[in-house]
Amino acid sequence: METSVSEQVPVLGREARRSHARERLSGDRIFSLVTLGLAAVIVPLLAGLAVALTTASMPSIRKFGFSFLISSQWDPVTDLYGALPFIWGTAASSAIALVIAIPLSLGVALCLSEMAPVWLSRRLGFLVDLLAAIPSVVYGLWAIFVLGPWIRDHVEPLLATYLGFLPLFKGPKVAVGLLTAGVILSIMVIPYISSVCTDVFRAVPQTQREAAFALGATKWEMVRVAVLPYGLTGVTAAIILGLGRALGETIAVAMVIGNSPQISASLFRPAATLASVIANEFAEATTDMYVSALIELALVLLAVGVALNVIGRLLVAGVVQRRFDTRVG
Amino acid sequence: MMASTPHRERPYIFRKVKSDFIMAVTVAATLVTLTPLFLVLGYLLTKGAASVNWAFFTSLPKPVGETGGGMANAIVGTFEVVGLACLIGVPIGVGAGLYLAEHRGGQFAQAVRFAADVMMGIPSIVIGIFAYALVVRPMGGFSTMAGAIALAALMLPLVTRTTEEMVELVPHELREAALALGVPQWRTTLSVIVRTALSGIATGVILAVARISGETAPLLFTSFGNRFWSTSLSQPIATLTVQVYTYAISPFQDWQRQAWAGALVLTAIVLALELGVRWITGGTAKTAR
Amino acid sequence: MDNRRNSENGKIVMADKMLVRHLSAYFSKVPALKDINVNIADNQITAIIGPSGCGKSTLVRCLNRMHEVVPGAHAEGDVMLDGENIYAPGVDPVQVRRRIGMVFQKPTPFPTMSIEDNVAAGLTLSGVALSRAERGRIVEKSLRQAALWDEVKDRLRRAGASLSGGQQQRLCVARALAVEPEVLLMDEPCSALDPISTARIEELLHELKASYTIVIVTHNMQQAARTSDYTAFLYQGDLIEFGETKQIFTNPARRETEDYITGRFG
Repeated sequence: METSVSEQVPVLGREARRSHARERLSGDRIFSLVTLGLAAVIVPLLAGLAVALTTASMPSIRKFGFSFLISSQWDPVTDLYGALPFIWGTAASSAIALVIAIPLSLGVALCLSEMAPVWLSRRLGFLVDLLAAIPSVVYGLWAIFVLGPWIRDHVEPLLATYLGFLPLFKGPKVAVGLLTAGVILSIMVIPYISSVCTDVFRAVPQTQREAAFALGATKWEMVRVAVLPYGLTGVTAAIILGLGRALGETIAVAMVIGNSPQISASLFRPAATLASVIANEFAEATTDMYVSALIELALVLLAVGVALNVIGRLLVAGVVQRRFDTRVG
Repeated sequence: MMASTPHRERPYIFRKVKSDFIMAVTVAATLVTLTPLFLVLGYLLTKGAASVNWAFFTSLPKPVGETGGGMANAIVGTFEVVGLACLIGVPIGVGAGLYLAEHRGGQFAQAVRFAADVMMGIPSIVIGIFAYALVVRPMGGFSTMAGAIALAALMLPLVTRTTEEMVELVPHELREAALALGVPQWRTTLSVIVRTALSGIATGVILAVARISGETAPLLFTSFGNRFWSTSLSQPIATLTVQVYTYAISPFQDWQRQAWAGALVLTAIVLALELGVRWITGGTAKTAR
Repeated sequence: MDNRRNSENGKIVMADKMLVRHLSAYFSKVPALKDINVNIADNQITAIIGPSGCGKSTLVRCLNRMHEVVPGAHAEGDVMLDGENIYAPGVDPVQVRRRIGMVFQKPTPFPTMSIEDNVAAGLTLSGVALSRAERGRIVEKSLRQAALWDEVKDRLRRAGASLSGGQQQRLCVARALAVEPEVLLMDEPCSALDPISTARIEELLHELKASYTIVIVTHNMQQAARTSDYTAFLYQGDLIEFGETKQIFTNPARRETEDYITGRFG
């Protein structure tokens, strides 16, 4: 004997109403609470991070105050610390990276969005993205044994010969130093800048391009008139995001920058960045003040990195629908 | 009547040559950009392949100064730490992503979303310091657990945002159809929405795994490293990335040789994950970067 | 409340399955329906027509409490199903939707499920335990009712999304019927379909009428005239006229109705 399915599930009768409503409410309620609970992990995590770092750097903050940021003394023996050499190293290596990466990224983005046929540009874009997938330590390894020596033997002599009058290119030629660090950093940053720029350029409506062509423009003129102005905000955002990425890059830089807390005008010299000094010295930091100073460096890094990322994202959100993160390692 | 002043236009040939030249430069830029990719992969193979042998996968590191040995503990260690990180990071991330997708505009949801975005911009070494303060200090020493927590914190915002994106892609008509059948809300979300978005969510998780597998900095002072097998979660543990780093900056030639081998294995794992995921989803899955 | 209705010329007609009384619906503060009163006759097809934005979808979505799924949307008034008010406090909308099913404009088979899983989805997702034999029986019965059985009986395990648009829509009908509702609401079910599929669905409605009460929203007046027994004409949230289809289309009582039907607007 068959009972119809609806008879198995009593509905709308008073008692059925109560029991089903109870059961369903508890199912819905449990689900909501669980997802809410899991989501609620994130905000305290972030807040906890900021608080933990600030608390741990308190000893150093109290001892050195503002002068921490402008002092170039870094002496574990006498327990006197200043962040300036690392701020310099970070700024210089990032600047070199951007000087190399920005033109190349724009070139790549224009090539992918304007030059190549769709099937090719997708594959090329994928290859460029692969650059971002290679782990940082692998780049560092390659930089120590391949890139560094090549720069020392081929690039630095060239620079010294033709531009040696600049203080930037004076001094003995080394494989390990600011220049090498800047170059490897640029390789790691290019996929980020170029992929945002590619998206920005691709977002330009085809009608704009056609309007330029219809007026008799050459390809480059079309790009100058229709694509580049359209993408200005997006390109700025890409650069800011790339800078944020460069700032936080730790391992590859730590492996080739020489880790010497000195400030010098020459790019051939070894240096150190905020991230690289933490990587190099943290595990062996002996005194509490030492550890606290290193954590204060991390705090500086946190503040600047987050600020750049937030600004960059806000700009990007206005232009292109895309998720972006600054992968560092 | 025709205009009497002729326009002085640059001859077309100049404009055309200039345009062709500039566009050729962009092609050159692309080639220059891709060169390091092939160089790195090429060197990995030439310098590392010879050292990747059975001994490499199965033996422990030898004491300083002796040649030979392998990275067995580091390879297993990477799997351990990453696996543990997933156990923590994936459920929280997927759950949070579901919450965000359900509550698009709510204030709390916006705060969570903002926090996740901010976290994505934090340098990984800073996350490592946080894990140090949170786990290593109280525990009194480096541990596998600390490393896993650092990596979990890294993967959390990624998984959250990817899950949210993928769930949002599911057409709302599907939800309505399920509700109209008299299916309760929570069941609709789990059995219909999540099931439809599953491949996208899985893609996001695998890409996050690929990413954290390649991380070194946060592990330097959390899981730290170990010359031997790690026998408990509260002991330090060797990982591929830290091992390669240690060997690469060392002055010992044999260690440097092994560093190349380790780097090759590491890159192979990471690329296999990245490529594998794209191949399986046919390259059409949207990916969060 | 008296379930029988007297039409304007005093005839007592068959019982009403649903009664809508003083129904008003809002999206946040914006009114979408104003004081609607309408009777849905049992085992008949009632069509709801009107120009875009008149509230016909909203009305039908209020009948199975889907309207409130949209954030900020709410409804006031009474909707009686066999004498019981589905808007009474304490009534679970989920249970209402088991008795009143819905088919939407866009065919939405669940993409990760096979054809037979799709048909059974309303039951399995609600946790109803079914033996395999029973499931098979229900799937076949529903597919037959939706006039889709012959076309898919050999490929029940194939993905639901592998069917053509018209077939997908009939699959959605089968899915809605599998939970054995008493009323079937259809929100512009044919507007995404080609003419041939549309004709098949209209044939289907005629067959289903014997077992179910049907309410169909349509922007296609000819379809309403062809298929329905009663018609309600809505305009900007108000019910302008309601009556037997034949009367509405040949001798409308209101001028607005006549204007709409003759195509002067909308």
